[in-house]
Amino acid sequence: MLWGSNARETHPIFFHHVLKAVRKGARLYVVDPRRTPSAEWAEGWLQVEVGADVALANGIAHVILAEGLEHREFIDHATENFAAYRELVQRYDLARTSRLTCIAQEMIQRVARDFAKAERAMICWTLGITEHHNAVDNVLSLINLGLLTGHVGRWGSGLNPLRGQNNVQGGGDSGALPHKLPGFQDVEDDAIRARYDALWGRKVPPKKGWHLTEMFEAMEHGQLTALLVLGENPAQSEADATRCRRLLEGLEFLLVQDIFRTRTAEMADVVLPGSASFCEAEGTVTNSERRVQRVRRSIEPPGNAKDDIEILRALSKRLGYDLGLPNAEAAWDELRLLSPMHHGMSYARIEALGGIQWPCPDEAHPGSPFLHGRLWERPVRGARAGFHPAEDVPPVEQLDDEFPLRLTTGRRLDSYNTGVQSGGYASPRRAKETIDLSPADMRALGLADGERVRVVSRRGAVEAPARADRGLKQGLVFMTLHFPEQVDVNLLTIDATDPRSGTAEFKAAAVRVEKL
Amino acid sequence: MSDAQRTIELEIDGRKTQVPEGATLLQACQALSIDVPTFCWAANLTPVNVCRICVVELEGARTLVPACSRKAEAGMVVKTESERVKLSRKLVLELLGSSVDMSLAPEFRSLATKYDAHPERFGPRAPRAPSGERESAHAGHHHVDDGAHAANVAQPMKVDNDLFVRDYEKCMLCYKCVEACGTDAQNTFAIAIAGRGFDARIATELETPLPDSACVFCGNCVGVCPTGALMFKAESDLRDTGAWDESKQKVTDTICPYCGVGCQLSMRVQDNKIVRVTSPADHSVTAGHLCIKGRFGWSFVEGGKPK
Repeated sequence: MLWGSNARETHPIFFHHVLKAVRKGARLYVVDPRRTPSAEWAEGWLQVEVGADVALANGIAHVILAEGLEHREFIDHATENFAAYRELVQRYDLARTSRLTCIAQEMIQRVARDFAKAERAMICWTLGITEHHNAVDNVLSLINLGLLTGHVGRWGSGLNPLRGQNNVQGGGDSGALPHKLPGFQDVEDDAIRARYDALWGRKVPPKKGWHLTEMFEAMEHGQLTALLVLGENPAQSEADATRCRRLLEGLEFLLVQDIFRTRTAEMADVVLPGSASFCEAEGTVTNSERRVQRVRRSIEPPGNAKDDIEILRALSKRLGYDLGLPNAEAAWDELRLLSPMHHGMSYARIEALGGIQWPCPDEAHPGSPFLHGRLWERPVRGARAGFHPAEDVPPVEQLDDEFPLRLTTGRRLDSYNTGVQSGGYASPRRAKETIDLSPADMRALGLADGERVRVVSRRGAVEAPARADRGLKQGLVFMTLHFPEQVDVNLLTIDATDPRSGTAEFKAAAVRVEKL
Repeated sequence: MSDAQRTIELEIDGRKTQVPEGATLLQACQALSIDVPTFCWAANLTPVNVCRICVVELEGARTLVPACSRKAEAGMVVKTESERVKLSRKLVLELLGSSVDMSLAPEFRSLATKYDAHPERFGPRAPRAPSGERESAHAGHHHVDDGAHAANVAQPMKVDNDLFVRDYEKCMLCYKCVEACGTDAQNTFAIAIAGRGFDARIATELETPLPDSACVFCGNCVGVCPTGALMFKAESDLRDTGAWDESKQKVTDTICPYCGVGCQLSMRVQDNKIVRVTSPADHSVTAGHLCIKGRFGWSFVEGGKPK
């Protein structure tokens, strides 16, 4: 199942593997409010109402339990809190689920049966699940389905968030999270911190820091006044861009380290030109399957641009801490020293094996193709996996007479995020930004294909050409975030965020479309 | 747990050998380090056995068999360099060499020498067909040639986008591009073989230019082309001006800067400029295939400005 993922366009080479499986008889279901190119390959497309993913997952679980298709042995052996989950999903009968999700009852039954009965089944998701105000509930609902059917911790079965950036996995793994040290070790654990203190000769702050959303809140309250932005373009990538830019402008000091003169860099007090990590620097990145692979310098960086490690070293020195002269491999070896799950991954082994999947605790370990196999061990090694019952909560911004259309956002095949990387090459497929509407809405608004319209939300307004897309149902409109210089779509999006993950609800804003 | 794989015993060039059940004769030869030439075969594509350069002699078989796709069977006796095989390969090389520009197919020249092939004996090349003529040809509607020239597929290069060019006078119809665009990898089906006999050619639907076709510009066709008929625009431009210089080039493997799939990129660089991006056919993530962003979306490191 691809859930809130248009992998055909956003993860094309992963989708090659999906297609190989489909050609061998695997059954593909795609859950997406839009009929995407991925949905066209599915034997079942579930045109879910935007934001009704929890309801759908609970409804599928209801069918599985009603028909006795759950993996009773696995539930008894390896999970906890099942009774509460069972009680919750009892309230998501077919009629109610169908009403909440706008999906036919027969389709919900089909998916439930196929998923539960499959020898191996996998749920892969992307931002369609996580860019919601209840993102964590969405993810937990999918995990619940995996636990219910025993589709976790086995080769070919599992839960897989497809990572959207080449090293977003590696960033988290190596401690670029406010509450974690490298290897997902808790920063508030005194014993763990002591190891870092000893190696570095400095005290690691004992309390967790802020994630991105909290940092903007801290700027709002004047608690955060100086910011280093490294390879990110928040002035264009954040939801509710007006607020974001106001807060960045209000900083006492903004330092940007990037390879592009981004909109954010233009606001900075100082810009430090870095290197393109994939081809002007040495290092590693970690992909969606936790595979650590080497990136290598293949061209020289231009002008005065410097390697990012060198810049950080110089900054650190000015701040009073001498990092010495680390190169990429030395920095990696220090990470391996402190992070047990990376311990066995020397550069030599990564090269020899063509990448290694963590955890890899020692140099004899081959790496781990899948996680959570411990849940099948007898007795279970470590804690049981808990069910986390979650209720359906619709998007923060409800539709009304003033803003009657649901705006959802996403990527297109040849472009990427705010376009700073992908905007420069000569793609013959690059289309200008449009607002895509269902043919019915085009008719209702009296619009011709390509006609410029004004799109208005509670936070801002943009102008864009309208385009009819038969893959959208009435009431749903779609835009990308690829061309902020042309159409600044994040003026429209809502920064309602999930309190636990801090992710904004890019997938569900309320808008109206005005004829010009 | 699967059963242990069964092995099969056969004889190749007088040597007894064992291969796993399901292996092809080509794989059996490779395991013995016996060199069998191929054009249309690739490790990451299903064999279509159209080029016939890999044929070998199988005792008891009426015809020569294509090593790339013939499965090994117990007791087979195979000869890879018999007189019959050599004559057949010579014929294939002469027919290909006289009708197609094979100058960029890496092994063609050495194979022609090895098998004493002389494509030039069919006479000088017929002039290049004007643009559009081969696309409009119909089977059975040809006038008889004067016999003084070698019939060939030459026509002007198709340049209809800034990412890659199609120079079909170098096309030997090996089908690799069709397979890579089709079920073997991309499943986009933007191209297929059109026409019959000598008019057969690789075509988009109704011969539309690529930007108007179903093409998604993954360049996986370019990645598998063995003759240089499909070529990166950057490479083609350098070759046009005589600046292409492999002695100044270096290939470095790295990982794509876009999504989280982790595709390995082999970056070929000349004078600090990226001139070609491919992926190794044996990489577990890509099997040699990339998408438009990975293969072409790197100009930002060379100062490509957002448009």
